[in-house]
Amino acid sequence: MTKDECKKVVLDIIADIAPDEDLTNVRPEVRLRDQLQLDSMDFLDIVMELRKRHGIEVPEADYLQLASLDSCAEYLTPKFNALPAKG
Amino acid sequence: MNTRSHYDVVIIGAGMAGLAAGIRLAHFGRQVCIFERHNAVGGLNGFYSRDGRRYDVGLHALTNYVPPGVKGTPLTKLLRQLRIDRDDFALRGQLGSRIAFGPGIADLRFTNDFPVLEAEVARAFPAQIDGFRTLVAAVRAHDEVSLDAAPASAREVVRRHLSDPLLEDMLFCPVMFYGSATERDMDFSQFVILFKALFLEGFARPAEGVRRILRVLLAKYREAGGERRMKCGVRRIVLRNGRAAGVELDDGAVITADHVLSSAGAPETESLLSAGGLPTPRPTAPGRLSFLETITVLDRPPAALGWSGDTIVFFNEGRRFDYACPEAPADVRSGVICLPNNFAYEPEEALREGWFRVTALARPEDWAAWPEPEYRARKQEWFAAVQASARRFLPPVADADLAAATVATDMFTPRTITRFTGHQRGAVYGSGVKHRRGLTAAPNVYLCGTDQGFLGIVGAMLSGISMANHHILQRG
Repeated sequence: MTKDECKKVVLDIIADIAPDEDLTNVRPEVRLRDQLQLDSMDFLDIVMELRKRHGIEVPEADYLQLASLDSCAEYLTPKFNALPAKG
Repeated sequence: MNTRSHYDVVIIGAGMAGLAAGIRLAHFGRQVCIFERHNAVGGLNGFYSRDGRRYDVGLHALTNYVPPGVKGTPLTKLLRQLRIDRDDFALRGQLGSRIAFGPGIADLRFTNDFPVLEAEVARAFPAQIDGFRTLVAAVRAHDEVSLDAAPASAREVVRRHLSDPLLEDMLFCPVMFYGSATERDMDFSQFVILFKALFLEGFARPAEGVRRILRVLLAKYREAGGERRMKCGVRRIVLRNGRAAGVELDDGAVITADHVLSSAGAPETESLLSAGGLPTPRPTAPGRLSFLETITVLDRPPAALGWSGDTIVFFNEGRRFDYACPEAPADVRSGVICLPNNFAYEPEEALREGWFRVTALARPEDWAAWPEPEYRARKQEWFAAVQASARRFLPPVADADLAAATVATDMFTPRTITRFTGHQRGAVYGSGVKHRRGLTAAPNVYLCGTDQGFLGIVGAMLSGISMANHHILQRG
């Protein structure tokens, strides 16, 4: 998985959690919280959806790594690539 | 056929809180089953059919209504957490509501646009408007959903801002009627939840009433893989080494579970634990507040009788509002009128018949004790008294005209409420003591719903969501 694909995965999750947010112009380097109305319940849902859909575990100590799309990609891409191949 | 004998989570009660918790848990892959003693879902916010007509129980209006685009409020959180599209609830805003003291002492109108109430206070209580504004600022700044807030008297806080007892009681009247489980005063956090829900946010209703909301919740729950068993009450929580091992059903079957989430109420859940051998050291007292409601079905919309402007009217005789368990079967001095036709429905949604509902405080012991024939006779007697009292606060309609327009009547009482909700003493808003963290004497049994302390139907759903998140999902 590339970092861009990883950002897409995160954006897809946010689109399902917060369909009332406009995601067309999300800037990857800016904190998600500063450009979207996401509260702590929403961030927890991102974590839980990552686990449910992709089997990715994000321990609580690492939640800050999900602050922006760029930081999500840095943190999550290696986790995706370390997943056992499906089959 | 739902025949498993073990679940990750057993939920007691298929009301708003239990269904919302179930959706969250099932969505995130938990094996979950809701056990409901009644044959219908909804609990306090259910509906029943009689003579081909469907009557709502409980719901006058959904509070916490905000228009599309407003974010960060309880309604938005709820929709996001349950992945529900707001259009699915088909909410339509109120036309306008009123707090009426007297008759003729003072009226305050309010709508889903808060400045309307502010202007009304400035008009009727010019000397109080600055205090009202500082009160509103304090309400806005208060974190009412903190799980650890220290209790405070709402009356004391409000009196720091307002010096006119009439205005104070006029504000407490709707707030208490729509959610206070305690008499005369309430915890400030509870006051804030309701003040925001009623005044800063607002009222709406789907044209189909509470059925619409329940249908959406049930569909979500089913899609997510949740199971439910109706007419299947829990008679005790089975304990092993101080923890819940599962539940025993009314028919004697035992279902094992890792967690039990109970929306039955705090005293009721404590009874289930007690029956399993784990008494609660300081048991929660059942609530003291119950209601009756008269329902009048009309052959024309209320507007045709001249009742066009009001959606909800909170009325009170005289200047002092006494919110307490009455010293008679009912207290007709105050109450809540609901005209469900008076929401901004789309033309094709207009209700086929007119509805006129009045809620008043009632003393549950009387209604529970009367044998059936006396119960029916008393219902008729109090129906007339409650309706007559309420009509003093509406534009006048001749008795004969109202009688001619009436096609059916019904009434529910504390007895009905106990039957629908299992709440001891027909306590609509549950116990006077709330358990914010949802903890019980057993470490894997949690409360959700009215006794956890979030109020209104949006609050009830958020309660189920928060407790499922906090105690089960966030623990991984």
